[in-house]
Amino acid sequence: MSQPDDSAILSRPRYGTLSPVEANFHVFVADDSGGETILSLAQSLPDDFFNNAEIIYVNTDSENNQSVIDGLEALGCPRLYIGPSIAAALPRLRTSLDRMRMGTQVYLSGSESLLGMATMTAMEAGLDHQALQTEHRGSLARRVQCVHCKGITENVTTQPADCDHCGLLLFVRDHYSRRAAAFQGVNINAEDPSDVPAKEEIYS
Amino acid sequence: MSMLASLDVVVTDVVTVNSLIKRFHFARADGSPLPAFSGGAHIVIEMQDGDTIRRTPYSLMSSPLNTQDYQVSIRRDDEGRGGSLFMHNKVTKGMSMKIGYPANLFSLDKRAPKHLMFAGGIGITPFLAQIHQLIKTNGNFELHYSARNEELGAYSEELKQLLGHRLHVYYDDQDQRIDFDALLSSQPTGTHVYVCGPAPMIEHVIQRSAAHGWPDAHVHFEHFAKAPPGEAFTVELQTSNKKIEVGENQSMLEAMEAAGVDAPYLCRGGACGQCETNVLECDGNLQHEDHWLEDDERASGKKVMPCVSRFKGSRLVLDR
Repeated sequence: MSQPDDSAILSRPRYGTLSPVEANFHVFVADDSGGETILSLAQSLPDDFFNNAEIIYVNTDSENNQSVIDGLEALGCPRLYIGPSIAAALPRLRTSLDRMRMGTQVYLSGSESLLGMATMTAMEAGLDHQALQTEHRGSLARRVQCVHCKGITENVTTQPADCDHCGLLLFVRDHYSRRAAAFQGVNINAEDPSDVPAKEEIYS
Repeated sequence: MSMLASLDVVVTDVVTVNSLIKRFHFARADGSPLPAFSGGAHIVIEMQDGDTIRRTPYSLMSSPLNTQDYQVSIRRDDEGRGGSLFMHNKVTKGMSMKIGYPANLFSLDKRAPKHLMFAGGIGITPFLAQIHQLIKTNGNFELHYSARNEELGAYSEELKQLLGHRLHVYYDDQDQRIDFDALLSSQPTGTHVYVCGPAPMIEHVIQRSAAHGWPDAHVHFEHFAKAPPGEAFTVELQTSNKKIEVGENQSMLEAMEAAGVDAPYLCRGGACGQCETNVLECDGNLQHEDHWLEDDERASGKKVMPCVSRFKGSRLVLDR
C-alpha cells in the first residue's frame, strides 16, 4: 500500500541549540540527557547567572542521571526542581510562568515529548515563540495523537504503531500539532485490516 | 493597485481641540454606513490643494463600533509639506472629500492578557479607537500618555472620566516622565506593548523592551514618517517609460501619481512596505526616510520607498 510522503511537511518541528540571551529571568526545563545541555551551557555563563533562573528537571531514569543531578545541584540555582515525570513538571512550569514578568526566556532541552508539551504550556501562559528556545536531546520517541479517536499515545518508537486507546494501527506522520503537542497518527490499513505491515523501530 | 478604492465623504464637523489640534468628522456622502475598522487603523485623506493632490495617512480615533462618523485629530505642522496646514486652513464643514478605506498597521494582539500603551502627544489618536474596542471586549489595559503641557494633552479629561486608574498622564512642563524601565520590567507574562508618538519615544521603547528581554512580536509601534521637503530631482521610470520631476514639496510617489503612473501604496508613511520599488540605476545618493527597509537593503542601493524617500544625484532609474 502507498504511504503518504511526509518529506514536505512544514509542521515538522525543527529544534535548535540553546543560546542564553539578554532577559530579566531564565527558565530551563529539561529531561534526562537534556540536563547535560544545561551543564555544558553553565560552563560558559557567569557564576551568578543562575541567581536569576529556575531549573525544572525531569528524571525518568534515576540510575543513569545521578551525575547530571549532582551537576545541577552544584549550580546553586535557588529554584531547582527535580521530578519524576513531564506530567508532574508541567503544572510547576505553568505556575512559575504565571508568576513571572515579561522578559522571561524559556530554554527547553530533551525529548520531543518534553519539548512539545513544555512549549504548549508556555504558549498557554502567553509566551511568544521568540521567548522560547528548544534543543533536542535523547530519545526520538514520539507523542502521537490518533486522528480517529483523538487519544494520545506516549513514547511511540515504531512505524506503524498501535493506538493505545482505540487499537487501530497508525501510520505516524511528520504532521505535527502544536496545540496537541503531538504527531498525527492515521490508520494505515483502513481498506484492508488484514494487511498488517511489519513494525519497525525508527523513533527510539 | 494604488489606493484601495476611495470613499466619497462629507466633512460633517471641524472642531478646534486646542491651539494645535483640530478634529475632523466624516460621514459617507450618500448616508450609508462607512466600512468597519479595528482600533489602530488609519485612513489616507486625499486633499486637492490647488494643482497638487496630497494623500496623507491619519489614525482613526473614533470608536470602531461607530460606522456613521469617522474622526481624525490632526496636529498642525507649520514646517511640514502642507498636508496638515491644508486640513487646518482649507477644510470646512460641508466639504466633499475622498478618503481611502481603513487599513490597520497597528492592531491589538487579541491574544494578549494585557495591553500596555504608551502615547506621546498626537500619538494618542490610535489608542482612542483601541480603547473603545477594549472597553467593549473587557480587555485589560493601561495607558501612559505624555504631553508637553496640560493644554496640549488633548482628550486627557475625557480619558480620565472613561478610564480612571487605567490612565496615567504625564506633563513635560511639570517634569513628569514615564518610567519606562519600571513599567517594562513589571508586566505579567504575555503582555503586549504599544507605542505611538515622537520618533525618539518609539526608539526608546523598542530599545528598552529589547533590553528587558521582550520578544519583538510583543512590541508594536506606529510611526508614519513624513515625506520631508527637499531639493527637486529627476527620476526615470523604466516600465512606464517616463521621466518625471519631483518637486521640492512633493514625494516621489506623488510625482509618479501626478504623471499618471499607477504606483502601489498603502500607508504613505514608510511603514507598510507596499510601495517598495526596485532601483535599476543610481548615480547619486538615495535618502531613505522609511521604517521599512532593512539596513542591508539600504546598503545594497537596490530598493527605495518612494512614499517618503528622496534622491540627490545625477541619475535615478526605477523599475516602475
